[in-house]
Amino acid sequence: MDNNTKKSGKSRIGKIGQGISFLTVFASLSFSGIFGQTLLNVSFDPTRELYEDVNKQFIEIWKKKTKATLEIQQSHGGSGKQARAVIDGLEADVVTLALAYDIDSIAEKSKLIDENWEKQFPNHSTPYYSTIVFLVRKGNPKGIKDWDDLVKPGTGLITPNPKTSGGARWNYLAAWGYAKNKYKTEEKATEFIKAIFKNTSVLDTGARGSTTTFVQRGIGDVLITWENEAELALSESRKENGGVANYQIVYPSESIKAETPVAIVSKVTAKKGTNEIAKAYLEFLYTKEGQETVAKHFFRPIDAGILKANASKFPAVKVFDIREIEGSWKNAHKKHFSDGGIFDSIYEPAPGK
Amino acid sequence: MNLTIRPYSKTSFGLTLGTTVFYISIMVVVPLLGLFFQTASIGWAGLLDVFREDRIQKALVLSFTVGGISAIINMFLGFLFAWVLVRYEFPGRKLIDTLVDLPFTLPTAVAGIALASIYSQNGWIGKLFAPFDIKIAYTPAGIIIALVFIGFPFVVRTVQPVLEDLPKELEESAYCLGATSFQTFRKIIFPELWPSLLAGTGMAFARSIGEYGSVVFISGNLPGKTEILPLLIVTKLEQYEYGKATGIAVVMLVLSFAIMFLINYFQSRFTRKFS
Repeated sequence: MDNNTKKSGKSRIGKIGQGISFLTVFASLSFSGIFGQTLLNVSFDPTRELYEDVNKQFIEIWKKKTKATLEIQQSHGGSGKQARAVIDGLEADVVTLALAYDIDSIAEKSKLIDENWEKQFPNHSTPYYSTIVFLVRKGNPKGIKDWDDLVKPGTGLITPNPKTSGGARWNYLAAWGYAKNKYKTEEKATEFIKAIFKNTSVLDTGARGSTTTFVQRGIGDVLITWENEAELALSESRKENGGVANYQIVYPSESIKAETPVAIVSKVTAKKGTNEIAKAYLEFLYTKEGQETVAKHFFRPIDAGILKANASKFPAVKVFDIREIEGSWKNAHKKHFSDGGIFDSIYEPAPGK
Repeated sequence: MNLTIRPYSKTSFGLTLGTTVFYISIMVVVPLLGLFFQTASIGWAGLLDVFREDRIQKALVLSFTVGGISAIINMFLGFLFAWVLVRYEFPGRKLIDTLVDLPFTLPTAVAGIALASIYSQNGWIGKLFAPFDIKIAYTPAGIIIALVFIGFPFVVRTVQPVLEDLPKELEESAYCLGATSFQTFRKIIFPELWPSLLAGTGMAFARSIGEYGSVVFISGNLPGKTEILPLLIVTKLEQYEYGKATGIAVVMLVLSFAIMFLINYFQSRFTRKFS
């Protein structure tokens, strides 16, 4: 009996050991790049279609140039979530996110990206941008023309939650910037923001969720959203209703330049030896061809000529950027969205209540 | 080969126990320890600070209230379902029996989107309530519906087998001794089912507290009104506040564990009283 138990004890350890070593070998094999040169682009939700297009073009260009076959993988999700994945070890070669703040956070928390990444590429490493517009129901029954119409009592607004959505932070800051420019004082701007969120009945966790709430569920009178997201909702509606959209876009008199920056994750590319490809990939976004593709997917190209050529798609909007209104994303985040920031104060009960 | 030399309970005990311990360490203990370590980064004071936040307190109350209400609804509904499914033969019984499991297999986000579209103002059911100015989606009522949906199979699936195994003779003897059907139910059947009913309700409750996917779509996520705790965890994560996020999770875990423990305690006391 004793003998038997001992034997089974030994074989147990042996088997578990075997299992573990098998797992390790398997894991190291599958991550060691035996599949040739690959590039991982970690991006946010609304750029999925854009990068499908961009990748196809770039792979061809790269093949012509170097004869090498390149595989580009894309990962999409909420911008903040994607940034956290990179911080926690997702081996992205490049990140193309919704907010500079998210890239800053990667640089700061994981040191995988150079601190001065904004200088890596022209225009603060922003090859394209978007802006914040209103989507209203057909015929604009509430007569929405500008930000001021949003704070009128009885206007139902839909915007995602700035605490969980990058796009929502742009919405918020667009309203803030408008109010600050118009009313000059921060107190008045805060009042304005409070009035906006008082009219908001649903705070979805992301921009796409808000679009669904507005379009599918028929809640609210105005959806505050990315320009490209609004265009997408329009084209979906046209497809469903035989060419006539149930919605229309309203451009406010002034809005924010929603910069969606890109950066090389230099520590990863150095390790994988993909630095050159990553650089060429992001530079491609700045070329005429890249800018045309960007415009095709309703992101505003920074190339003035191409923007002008697509003027029918992109009506002129007076835009301010985040540096003008808050100095930097870090400041903006700290002031508005961190714990105890202005956004939190909106939902705090008034003293005495 | 002579099998009697190696009794089956001994032959593979070492290997099975080893695998069990290994598995439970990797899948349960290590991640949970990570949770506590991550929380330790903000310290006790930080943890307490987290719970001084008005929004978190409100979300805590909301999560546990709607979780409790939905668990109680599930207790009654689940019991009724299990009863009907076991005690009666009717066409479509097998189909209903299979449908009960759907909330288990469906991705909760899909459930949330489906429920939100049905219960919102222009949805099938929401439309019927809209003229009376009753809103279901984007209110706590909507959250309760989502939680009832996802917690429902727990109760059915824990009560059902016990009810099935209940010996017929018990009831028959009760009737023979002159008990009314209500007395039989109260004194003979119910005490047998009670522990499993409690266990199922407890599981449904625990699941409700932590449910995220289905709820965020139907709740509206308004701070202080319809914001649930798991959403606040995600919120803290989005702000890179890992310590605070896991802090909320730890408190949820401890509270849920305490509640489950209490339920188990009452359950065992109850069982002893009746046996």
